Amino acid sequence: MASTREYPIRVLVAKPGLDGHDRGARVIVRVLRDAGMEVIYTGLFQTPEMIVRAALDEDVDVVGLSILSGAHLALIPDIARGLQEAGLGDVLVVAGGTIPDADASSLRESGVSAVFGPGTPLDDIISFIESNAPVRELK
Amino acid sequence: MSARSLETLLAHFKDGDRGALARLLSVVENNPELAPRVISSIYERTGRAQIIGITGPPGGGKSTLVNVLINALRTSGNTVGVLAVDPSSSFSGGATLGDRIRMLERWEDPGVYIRSLATRGQLGGLSAAIHDATHVLDAYGFDVILVETVGVGQAEVDVSRVVQTVILLQVPGLGDSVQTIKAGVLEIADILAVNKSDVPGADALVIDLRHMLRLAAHADWTPPIVRVVATTGDGVPDIIERISDHQRYLRETGAGTVRASQRARDDVLQGARRQLDRQLALRVRDPELDDLIESVAARRLSPADAVEEVLLRVRQGELPVA
Repeated sequence: MASTREYPIRVLVAKPGLDGHDRGARVIVRVLRDAGMEVIYTGLFQTPEMIVRAALDEDVDVVGLSILSGAHLALIPDIARGLQEAGLGDVLVVAGGTIPDADASSLRESGVSAVFGPGTPLDDIISFIESNAPVRELK
Repeated sequence: MSARSLETLLAHFKDGDRGALARLLSVVENNPELAPRVISSIYERTGRAQIIGITGPPGGGKSTLVNVLINALRTSGNTVGVLAVDPSSSFSGGATLGDRIRMLERWEDPGVYIRSLATRGQLGGLSAAIHDATHVLDAYGFDVILVETVGVGQAEVDVSRVVQTVILLQVPGLGDSVQTIKAGVLEIADILAVNKSDVPGADALVIDLRHMLRLAAHADWTPPIVRVVATTGDGVPDIIERISDHQRYLRETGAGTVRASQRARDDVLQGARRQLDRQLALRVRDPELDDLIESVAARRLSPADAVEEVLLRVRQGELPVA
């Protein structure tokens, strides 16, 4: 696979579960846009099934999950599994929000590539996505 | 969708695989080399869908109207594909695609497919890949394709060359009656929808639009004015009926054939322009071309002479090894 990308990275930023706080998610939408990515925002209160459907239909390279409710261990593994089952195993999954370090490692095992806690520099998030988003090549 | 070759992907698409549909839309959007092969392979399956455009000012309620139109169309048994266009930043090239948020009501319904597209520098309110994207949805078998433009101002009329029926959304409060006697987007409306018609100013807007229509020269279709409240769905049955009226008018009067030719002309010319742009883009990487541009910047060469040089290279067709 060639590693040159000639089109913008597509990212789905999603708010899973019963969590009404999306200031952080909106900041991420904006900075990823300003980094040249095409960002689809789902809005609040998304079930894992809704997020998987949006990722499939929008053919995104990256799914970013913002979660502040504490339900990350209940919701995120379901989303990661749903993506696998939908044939989207190559999609880069990252998470952010109030996720304790102790939980981050178990999320990684379920298929999340990075967990960005509070205070993570925005540039770190951008460069992680830029270097890890899959490049889909067709012949 | 992890197909490695275009042939496999096309085969999955023709079997009705949803992931293949999504990936194929990415191919026509991202890959100007493969896009023509996709269209050649699927074109014989197209020509069945009704293609409806929704345009209007930013915040006018286009996405919300699409949401209730989806519902109404599904209730009458139609499958619906949506192409929702939002603007790319002219600085970063990135885009926030936020139309989908308003269209979640039928998220689980396999008969509904929603795809967000960015303009990627294309002016006119749509994406350069819009014709190809409608072909892909048409070939997949959707009965109705809704094309939502970016929020438009006064001159984004491209949607009229892509769809069969244009719904132009207007909302009260955006200016006085002088706005309605200007040219521009009003000229492309097949159906005028006055959204937010429950707020003050809606009556005056309807009257202004009616006057404007009376002065305009219409052959045999006068755009109806429909009052709607997209958030509640009020007036939506009316719009659906007007869409059917307009589609019937296109079928029965020959106006449809004229429109189809206009669409095909725009499709071909856009495609040719895209390929020429691509050739130019490949040239721009050429270090020799950088020298040329430097010479223009330093005023050793006129821009006109540089253009001659560039065109010469495009004609010679020597593509640099990328």
